[in-house]
Amino acid sequence: MSRRTPDRKTSAPPRWRGYFLMGLFGLFAVVLAGRAFDLQVLDQAFLTKEGDKRHLRTLAVPAGRGAIKDHNGEPLALSAPTESVWAVPGAVLEAPEKLAPLARQLGMSVADLRKRLENYKSRQFLYLRRQLAPADARAVMAVDAPGIFLQREYKRYYPAGEAAAQIVGMTNIDGRGQEGLELDRDDYLHGEPGSRRVVQDRVGRVVEDLAGFEPPQAGHDLQLTIDSRLQYLAYRHIKSAVIKNDAKGGMVVMLDPSSGELRAVASYPSFNPNDRDSIDAKGVRARAATDVMEPGSTVKPLLLAQALDSGLYDTGDVIHTKGWFMVGRLTVKDFRDYGDVDFAKILQKSSNVGAAHVGLKMGREKVWQGYNEFGFGEATGSGFPGERLGVLKDFYEWNDVETATASYGYGMAITAFQLIRAYGALADDGKLHGLKLVEGKGANMQIPTEQVIKPQTARTIRHLLEGVIEPAGTATRAAIPGYRVAGKTGTARKAGAGGYNANRHQALFVGMAPAEKPALVTLVMLDEPQKDAYYGGAVAAPVFSAVMRDALRLLRVPPDDPALLAASADAASGNGT
Amino acid sequence: MTRQLLTVAALAFAILVSAIAVVQAKHKTREMAHELQVERVEGDRLSTEWAQLQLEESAWANPDRVARVARRELGMIQPRHYVVLESSP
Repeated sequence: MSRRTPDRKTSAPPRWRGYFLMGLFGLFAVVLAGRAFDLQVLDQAFLTKEGDKRHLRTLAVPAGRGAIKDHNGEPLALSAPTESVWAVPGAVLEAPEKLAPLARQLGMSVADLRKRLENYKSRQFLYLRRQLAPADARAVMAVDAPGIFLQREYKRYYPAGEAAAQIVGMTNIDGRGQEGLELDRDDYLHGEPGSRRVVQDRVGRVVEDLAGFEPPQAGHDLQLTIDSRLQYLAYRHIKSAVIKNDAKGGMVVMLDPSSGELRAVASYPSFNPNDRDSIDAKGVRARAATDVMEPGSTVKPLLLAQALDSGLYDTGDVIHTKGWFMVGRLTVKDFRDYGDVDFAKILQKSSNVGAAHVGLKMGREKVWQGYNEFGFGEATGSGFPGERLGVLKDFYEWNDVETATASYGYGMAITAFQLIRAYGALADDGKLHGLKLVEGKGANMQIPTEQVIKPQTARTIRHLLEGVIEPAGTATRAAIPGYRVAGKTGTARKAGAGGYNANRHQALFVGMAPAEKPALVTLVMLDEPQKDAYYGGAVAAPVFSAVMRDALRLLRVPPDDPALLAASADAASGNGT
Repeated sequence: MTRQLLTVAALAFAILVSAIAVVQAKHKTREMAHELQVERVEGDRLSTEWAQLQLEESAWANPDRVARVARRELGMIQPRHYVVLESSP
């Protein structure tokens, strides 16, 4: 390049140089042509074969599905990468000495392994074992047998198992949502697989990575308001109660009344989402959202709250009952004659006659409006798939009989979500919140909070509901040592073909504690308890007490029972002196 | 003539420099591609481990297990009769 030209003075280069160069170029041309001939014609078969061995491929890079987490960030559903072992059977069989260690790592017998490989000898791809833990997969690869490869696959794990199965739901074998929130929020949770362009050889090894890598987009995490500790607790207790009472099923729903966030939604029977084969259709339903029931006596506090709030009644007003009375062709009956009752006694004894008197005086429109304001017949905002709205017939279709029965919770159908939401308003001084099941970025649209009754009315009703747990009340077994509890029982006959069935009941208890400023509202329902004592107070109240006692302790809610506090004060001063 | 020669020499030099730069860039690219690959594998390994650890943690912290250990191995009971004492830090 930087050659200095020494022969500036010579006029022309000697002729032979030209010929020499021409000859050289000619020689190059001949060599090239010869090589081309060699490749194109002589070696063609061999090269075609070699070419077939190497493929330009676009490989999918699997994307992880987002996790479902509880209120505290604990996983309820989690995708973990697993490795599936696949083989090129012909290649593996070429190294027979590796078969024994390979079979051991795969957990199959040598004979089985050899048989499978030989059966599929002509294939280029054969799964030997799917969804192995990464450590086990490494052990398989450590055998160093030819023709053995790993493929990344994600497996969905449900740490909470059957305790939260109906709410969380599950995915199918391809990793798409099949039930519950996994199905409803599938698009949010599901990631977009990426791709890479590679050159692969005959046995699938990636020989070269080409440009054009599309990174996979992992799915979003979904954060629930559920507290998995409370969820476990609720599930454990409802499961044992259903079994003990030989009931058809049951559920426990827990609500944080200050925010409308659901803390536990447990129902039994359930299913194990980690074992796809064990699924029984009965266990898949999330009863709290998808099943409607007659609320029965649990609506009485709501009715009385509206009666107080409208100024039509005062807590001191006395209603004369004599155990029964006629409305049209309907006889409204009480368990026994309670005589003159005030609001406290209507709730404490769960007097149908008293409630019907109040309802009839309010009139059908006000009764209907009261329930409607508490959210009956409307969406709760939980956003749970398949949530029902229940049925609250329009009041202009009501006659006196229907107004009377509506006053003690018959002739309407609501979900457990709707009922607990209404009680949440009693607990949070009259503020009716939309229910929340999902929080954070994945949350659905919020229903605005409404003040449905005066704060003072809610406090009064809570105080009256404490009487239900007192020795003279219907739910003494809902008591929790150390706490003041407010709640109401309910027992609904189940309607079937041909009207109400006298032997099929739903036992209900909805309660809250501490009564002064409730930290939790809990609903317990048992479906068709088979024991003789099917009343809500006998069957559902003990479950409430057991669940709430542990839940309040877990949430570190300070006790508010005046007797306990007084004893404590004594103990403290005793220690002090 | 000399000017011309100098220009050619300068250009030739520039070509040489840029050629070396190309080689170096190419080398660097390969190095970094390799590094990226290593990091990708490492990231993958870590996310796998993270998922495994989360599962392990939730298995150990399973409330049923905690209750069992507390009751059977540690002999703990639920308080029934207790008093509440206020304390200020």
